[in-house]
Amino acid sequence: MTKGQAPTPYSGSREDIVTGQESKQEPQQTPSTPRQVKFYQTGSFAVGGRLLDAPERTVQSGIKRTNSLTLGHRACQGCGEALGARYALDAAMRATENKIVAANATGCLEVFTTPYPETSWQIPWIHSVFGNAAAVGSGIAAALRAKGRDDIRVVAQAGDGGTVDIGIGCLSGMFERNDDVLFICYDNEAYMNTGVQRSGSTPPAARTATTEAIGRQPGNQWGQGKKMPLIAMAHEIPYVATATVAELHDLEYKIEKAMSFRGARYVHILVPCPLGWGSEPANTIKIARLAKETGIFPVFEAEYGEVTGVSKIRSKVPVEEYLLLQKRYAHLFRPSRQDEVINKIQEEADRNVRRFGLLGEDGMVQPSDTDKGISAHLGGKVG
Amino acid sequence: MLEQLEGSKAVARAVAMCRPEVICAYPISPQTHIVEALGAMVKDTTLEHCEFINVESEFGAMSVLIGASATGARSYTATSSQGLLFMTEAVYNAAGLGLPMVMTLANRAIGAPINIWNDYSDAMAVRDSGWIQLFAESNQAAVDLHIQAFHLSEEISLPVMVCMDGYVLTHAIEPLDVPDQELVDKYLPPFIPRQLLDPEDPVSIGAMVGPDAFTEVRYLAHAKQLKALQKIPEISTEFERLSGRKSGGLVRTYRAEEADTIVIGMGSVVGAIEDAVDDLRDSGISIGAISITTFRPFPLDALREAVGNPKRVVIVDRAFSVGMGSILATDVALALAHNDIRLYTVVAGLGGRAVTGISLKQCLSKAVKDDLEKLTFLDLDVDVVERELTRMEQSKRSGPSAENILRDLGTTTPETEGQL
Amino acid sequence: MDRPFAITLQPGSSRANKTGSWRTERPVYVDLLPPCNDACPAGENIQGWLYHAEEMGYEEAWRTIMLDNPFPAIMGRVCYHNCETACNRGKVYRPVSNAMLFGESGASFGKAEYAGVPGSTLRTTTQQGASSGQRERADYLRDGTLDEAVGINAVERFLGDIALKSDWQIPAGKPATGKRVLVVGGGPAGLSTAYHLWLLGNDVSVYEASAQLGGMMRFGIPAYRLPRDVLDKEIDRIIGLGINIELNHKVTDLLAEMEEGNYDAIFLATGAEIARNAYIPAGDSSHIIDALSLLRSAQDMERPQLGRTVVVYGGGNTAMDAARTAKRLGASEAIVVYRRTRDKMPAHDLEVEEAIEEGVKMRWLSTINRVAGEKLLLEKMELDNTGFPQPTGEYDELAADSVVLALGEEADLSLLGHIPDIVIENGIVQVDSTMMTSHPGIFAGGDIAQKDRTVTDAIGNGKKAARNIDNWLRGIASPDSVRHPLAEWSRLNTWYYSDAPATMRPKLDAVRRQSTFDEVVIGLDESEALFEARRCMSCGNCFECDNCYGVCPDNSVIKLGTGMRYEFDYDYCKGCGICATECPCGAIDMVPED
Repeated sequence: MTKGQAPTPYSGSREDIVTGQESKQEPQQTPSTPRQVKFYQTGSFAVGGRLLDAPERTVQSGIKRTNSLTLGHRACQGCGEALGARYALDAAMRATENKIVAANATGCLEVFTTPYPETSWQIPWIHSVFGNAAAVGSGIAAALRAKGRDDIRVVAQAGDGGTVDIGIGCLSGMFERNDDVLFICYDNEAYMNTGVQRSGSTPPAARTATTEAIGRQPGNQWGQGKKMPLIAMAHEIPYVATATVAELHDLEYKIEKAMSFRGARYVHILVPCPLGWGSEPANTIKIARLAKETGIFPVFEAEYGEVTGVSKIRSKVPVEEYLLLQKRYAHLFRPSRQDEVINKIQEEADRNVRRFGLLGEDGMVQPSDTDKGISAHLGGKVG
Repeated sequence: MLEQLEGSKAVARAVAMCRPEVICAYPISPQTHIVEALGAMVKDTTLEHCEFINVESEFGAMSVLIGASATGARSYTATSSQGLLFMTEAVYNAAGLGLPMVMTLANRAIGAPINIWNDYSDAMAVRDSGWIQLFAESNQAAVDLHIQAFHLSEEISLPVMVCMDGYVLTHAIEPLDVPDQELVDKYLPPFIPRQLLDPEDPVSIGAMVGPDAFTEVRYLAHAKQLKALQKIPEISTEFERLSGRKSGGLVRTYRAEEADTIVIGMGSVVGAIEDAVDDLRDSGISIGAISITTFRPFPLDALREAVGNPKRVVIVDRAFSVGMGSILATDVALALAHNDIRLYTVVAGLGGRAVTGISLKQCLSKAVKDDLEKLTFLDLDVDVVERELTRMEQSKRSGPSAENILRDLGTTTPETEGQL
Repeated sequence: MDRPFAITLQPGSSRANKTGSWRTERPVYVDLLPPCNDACPAGENIQGWLYHAEEMGYEEAWRTIMLDNPFPAIMGRVCYHNCETACNRGKVYRPVSNAMLFGESGASFGKAEYAGVPGSTLRTTTQQGASSGQRERADYLRDGTLDEAVGINAVERFLGDIALKSDWQIPAGKPATGKRVLVVGGGPAGLSTAYHLWLLGNDVSVYEASAQLGGMMRFGIPAYRLPRDVLDKEIDRIIGLGINIELNHKVTDLLAEMEEGNYDAIFLATGAEIARNAYIPAGDSSHIIDALSLLRSAQDMERPQLGRTVVVYGGGNTAMDAARTAKRLGASEAIVVYRRTRDKMPAHDLEVEEAIEEGVKMRWLSTINRVAGEKLLLEKMELDNTGFPQPTGEYDELAADSVVLALGEEADLSLLGHIPDIVIENGIVQVDSTMMTSHPGIFAGGDIAQKDRTVTDAIGNGKKAARNIDNWLRGIASPDSVRHPLAEWSRLNTWYYSDAPATMRPKLDAVRRQSTFDEVVIGLDESEALFEARRCMSCGNCFECDNCYGVCPDNSVIKLGTGMRYEFDYDYCKGCGICATECPCGAIDMVPED
């Protein structure tokens, strides 16, 4: 009996089915179905653990992880984006045997990592301007293709502003050309770097500096905003996925899976922002978890425009528990409780649950449900 | 070997000889023939190991080149006018990052009013971006300058813009000599990037620089351009050595020795100026011409030396700064600040208006007698502008000037007015 | 690479920027007392041995148990496992089903949707139909959804059994002290004391009045709960260490024995084996016996004549064992008569359940008024406001061939009769905090000295006594035990633990249970035991899940390698506290910077 080895007798009923856990040994092999994971002390939810077989540990658990984004960066306390970027890029590094090049849009991630004279990046990295990360990525990919370097892979990354707003032109171009770039959006739902202004990704009712919690309809407008992962899917690119910083295994699985494809790929990571959301720095991961567990942020993956898997809600909680931890929603509770608005947010979350099939056992969406949900959203164009 | 070629096609062939690895194409007249030709060469594998990318915008085009150049690929695109403005943020960025690349600017006016014909307002809009700007007087010069541009760009690690007049050059068919591949390969060394996105040797390119170092960064950018002032003649000389053809350089003089009057211009208008100089010389007037090939960096010393000590200088500019005057004249004036020379500016050829020999000669004839306005708009229809100015005085809601003028000129019919 | 000034930077150069200066609170690793350890009367380091068992270090796990308890195989069968009652895993909440939660949008998260919710801690979030402003937010967020207590007892049995099967031996104890200690009584308390005294280097003798060691483990616990070969093997392992055992040695004059044997100290652990009686008017023909006698005869393979219908009077564990034994001895009916209700019964739930499974019947709220021939007259009782039973004056008859009294046991304290300075109150020998009686050198423990009369308490008592005796003999004060703060459920982030239902221990089929003394509860196999061990959440103590290391946005946790845990890099830690929030087992505190 060797310490740390998985026990062989486990099989059958004792196995705990967890969607999104995947072997990390062969990153180039396309993972196809969620695999069954044996039960361990903390299952597959913690970062690592002595009881897990090496392939089932996360990249982040490794003592020799690359730390693509290293010590001394100037992100705020509890920054979800700093965390998400390290998670994603380290996973991409492992998937490519440390051969990635990253293009970065202007924004928090760029500013807190590379103020002269110090950089926190340990990977080849370039920042050009706000709206062109995807195109710079395309350029890098083109150069590598021209030079026959298919071993080096490209990641382009931006915040939600650099993705869904100012960057959407270049991004859409990269998608439709199917350039070999993984684009990662770190979505913190507003322009944080400039002082928390509304973006196309800001949710309804949320307070920002340009949607103040005043007037007859405090916070961000209802009936606006866009769902970038669905827009990405409409390009029918090889791979689209959403993830949060609360589920590292899922996030790493998706990055590695993304790297198993050639062509345009999009991963949209929810990264709570203590400053912009008015949350405790210590609650960053907790809030991301609640975003998923409430149904507010559906976690799923799609290939060539079709949803292929969803990360199920483990224990559905009311949206209120998510909202209450964030001052950007404080006006929904003080001075008086805005039931109508809270219920509307709940309805949106429940709609996500229905649309993506976030509850249930099988971990996969029923094709009919998906078609209905997604095509409804896209005005019936897919289907 | 001379061939009957369209300017755009010849430039495309020259660019292809330079073995670019990434080319971006986004359609805008009048540069489209160049990238169309390149696209065809990539498709039929005349041009190998080259990625030809149909981007979604000029902003995307320049951004792709930024990524490509930073990854060590020889990179090229072409644009014009509005397209250049649309990519301006990235144009500045490419220069700021010091990334080598070559872009053809098929010069075209900027709207509104929208106009697809030639002038230099596009090139002038980005003159402060940090790019090197070379102006081609002819299609042969355009062909040669592109080859030199790659050499220069990679030598000093700055982007280079080759400006050639839209339509006037791009669409003109004439006998041209495109150097053969052997010559170009001999002339143009392989691209060794100064900085590179390389997993083996990672760096962070594009840091945020604050007040503590921004001035130094700008100073160094300027120093690079000054270095280019030395390099450009060397590169030109080397090209001449291999091709036997004189092209490029900073400035070129034409019958300027001991002249009382020097006419300065850039681009294709230089040809018209030289014809006028010949005619006036024939009638005994002491006049010469100077062509500015290198506009950025601006060759202050070379120009001063070339100008010598005439009585007057006439600057013919195809662009001007509204509310100020000729942009080129401002720069020339700085070069000649210590000399006691009278300066005249002639703004000519805006939005594609032909610069005719007759008008130019009339204008210069006045200049040599110091009988010219300091700022002259060549062939300005004074009646039209007077009428419009009057109308504007009379009514606050006199309507858009462009449409008014077209109506005055009888270009539009009453039936179509409503649609305009 | 020749890097252009300022625009292009050397990788990782931000290490020059020590962000630790931003911090107002710092995280620190703590080690807390897990509730299982806290609840264990034997003082086992349960979390500690589960840790080894989790990685299949079964021998290491067994040796860890053996540091506190010499009878893992026995305890794995007869302990009432307070540890499992205390286990945080059993306190975690589980929604009935996701389907119930979905569909009614909005305020549909009432309390009713959560099963097994200890109402004491969870206040619900929203009540359906509650008007605005009346809803209250949860005291905390439900981060997790778990299940049932870890089957600690079953794993302990597995370890005890595998140790017997593998013949793992106890390693040598401390160097001999030359001190001689007499242990009076060979029950669990006495044997535990003897074992621990031996480990500490003392010369130990055990005098046992009966012909066999084991005390209540042998005479009070039927074989179907504790097979005799298991009992014998674990006792033999201790005897084999070189402890002097004298059977059939009833001590009547303690001081004389002490002097005669030249003992430096004595530990009294004679137990409580005298059946408590109740006056029940009865005719001569009535067959009334006490429960201990019944159990003892069964142990001796005697078959007392009980008749077809046996009534057991009492509600403790002994009553349950007596009733179940009666069934096995051939009674067609075994009826427990108890004066209060089931929830007031002192018997352990498991025992009651198993008795009922075996066909034992229960008559709650009844007392035996008198025995009249083959019939009993029962008086119905009702509970008063304080939960005490009061007679109602209503009567009922019950046919019975015999009556077994199981009304509790008392200690035989006759051997202390001539030691005047030993204090006895309510039948219990009074001891100080070191378990010494008022007579110097005479210590007492087990059932004669404490109210909690379980085997586990006795074993824990024995260990504590041994350490105190050893200290007393060495002339050093017993140190005050420092208890770490308790690892409360509220410290855990249970989201990280997978749902993993407890493993049910299979049981013998009902027919065999009613006719034989074969062991009722069947042990776990290795895979099951391992699974069960791995359900431990390691409350309050780092188990190296790498969470802090992974979730730090500032890369400020240093992983030291397997078994060495982690360190914070205070040069860079900004003090955001994510590590503390996300630590599954609550082993990180945030403390203010000075």
